[in-house]
Amino acid sequence: MSDIVDARGLSCPQPVLDTLAALAAKGSGRIEVLVDTEASRENVTRAAQAKGWTVESVAEEAGAYRLAIAKA
Amino acid sequence: MKNFFASRAGIVAVGLAIGILAPLLQFWGNPGNMGVCVACFERDMAGALGLHRAAVVQYMRPEIIGFVLGSLAAALLFRDFRPRGGSSPVVRFVLGAFAMIGALVFLGCPWRAILRLAGGDLSAVFGLAGLVGGVWVGTLFLRGGYSLGRSQQTRPGAGLVMPLLMAGALALMLLYPQVPGEPQSGVLFYSAKGPGAMHAPLAISLAVGLFVGFVAQRSRFCTMGAFRDVILFRQGHLLSGVLALFAAAVVVNATLGQVAIGFEGQPVAHTHQIWNFAGMLLAGLCFALAGGCPGRQLFLSGEGDGDAAVFVLGMFAGAAFAHNFGLASSPAGVGPHGVAAVVVGLAVCVYFGLTMRAKA
Repeated sequence: MSDIVDARGLSCPQPVLDTLAALAAKGSGRIEVLVDTEASRENVTRAAQAKGWTVESVAEEAGAYRLAIAKA
Repeated sequence: MKNFFASRAGIVAVGLAIGILAPLLQFWGNPGNMGVCVACFERDMAGALGLHRAAVVQYMRPEIIGFVLGSLAAALLFRDFRPRGGSSPVVRFVLGAFAMIGALVFLGCPWRAILRLAGGDLSAVFGLAGLVGGVWVGTLFLRGGYSLGRSQQTRPGAGLVMPLLMAGALALMLLYPQVPGEPQSGVLFYSAKGPGAMHAPLAISLAVGLFVGFVAQRSRFCTMGAFRDVILFRQGHLLSGVLALFAAAVVVNATLGQVAIGFEGQPVAHTHQIWNFAGMLLAGLCFALAGGCPGRQLFLSGEGDGDAAVFVLGMFAGAAFAHNFGLASSPAGVGPHGVAAVVVGLAVCVYFGLTMRAKA
């Protein structure tokens, strides 16, 4: 499983589905998620936090958001 | 900027606001248990344009116009306007058409199903059960890898198509205002009687629509996602908004004397419960496969989502099919071809669910 989930252009609920699959596969550590709408950014953040992960940073780049999500 | 509306308090506030305003719109003139119904109102707009000629359901509903333009305003103000498109548009068009056909077999979209129940119409329970069932089937396809693929960024001109269409609809309304008792004014059709003749004053309908569109864009309010997220992720964020809508609508309906509990004699409803269930089963599945309830599709189309706009146009086409070919129900019961349409629609959804996969 790649440590970068590219959910750009995907509509609801796929960014969250893909992120949760990646988080479950990883277990702990750090992954990055790329999304391109504010709604997806909020949804991915909410879902990751519900699973005990922390959104460490959100970088805005070229019309997209890069979320760094981590769990110790 | 922190988005208050993305919080639990925010989505509940939006649900409460819609739950208060919808029964008030009914009080101000909209049809019974139909303060807001996205499917019914788009069907009325299709009638106003003459896409179908069912005389009792023709009116250019300003609430729908407001939903899109209010969403556009919110998206522009909060730098959330993102012109995009190209994610299986033809599939979305067909899903929109069958979503409308299913909703018109039940006689209401998810919003109205909740409002019908809040007004005491117990047949809505069957519709809501169908909605949840349809969304559940949709989650099975989603778990199986169903995807309509990525959208692409596009030009602002493309993202503005639905807001411009709605602005045009409003312009037509102002150019050709309703003449009391007349079935036509210029190019627009109006209902002289029936649900299409029942409406709140234009300015009020438009103002409420703009407000709801604005806050729903910020909060991502979605009556399909509410159930989908619980089934798929055990997450009740969106559901809390829907429950708030229901609770507020019950209280306001009770206050205004708009509650009549029972199955028989409910406004714009029938009691063929199997088809109340199956109609919403089809609609719920279409909404799940398209990623949003009909209201959410309008709000998305306002923030530049061309794929959601195609779904909305599909709903308009579906309304025309439903009333031209005897698919829509009436208070007398299901239409002559409504049952066949639901069966075909479900088959089409299964086809999309199985063939539209990332790893097909």
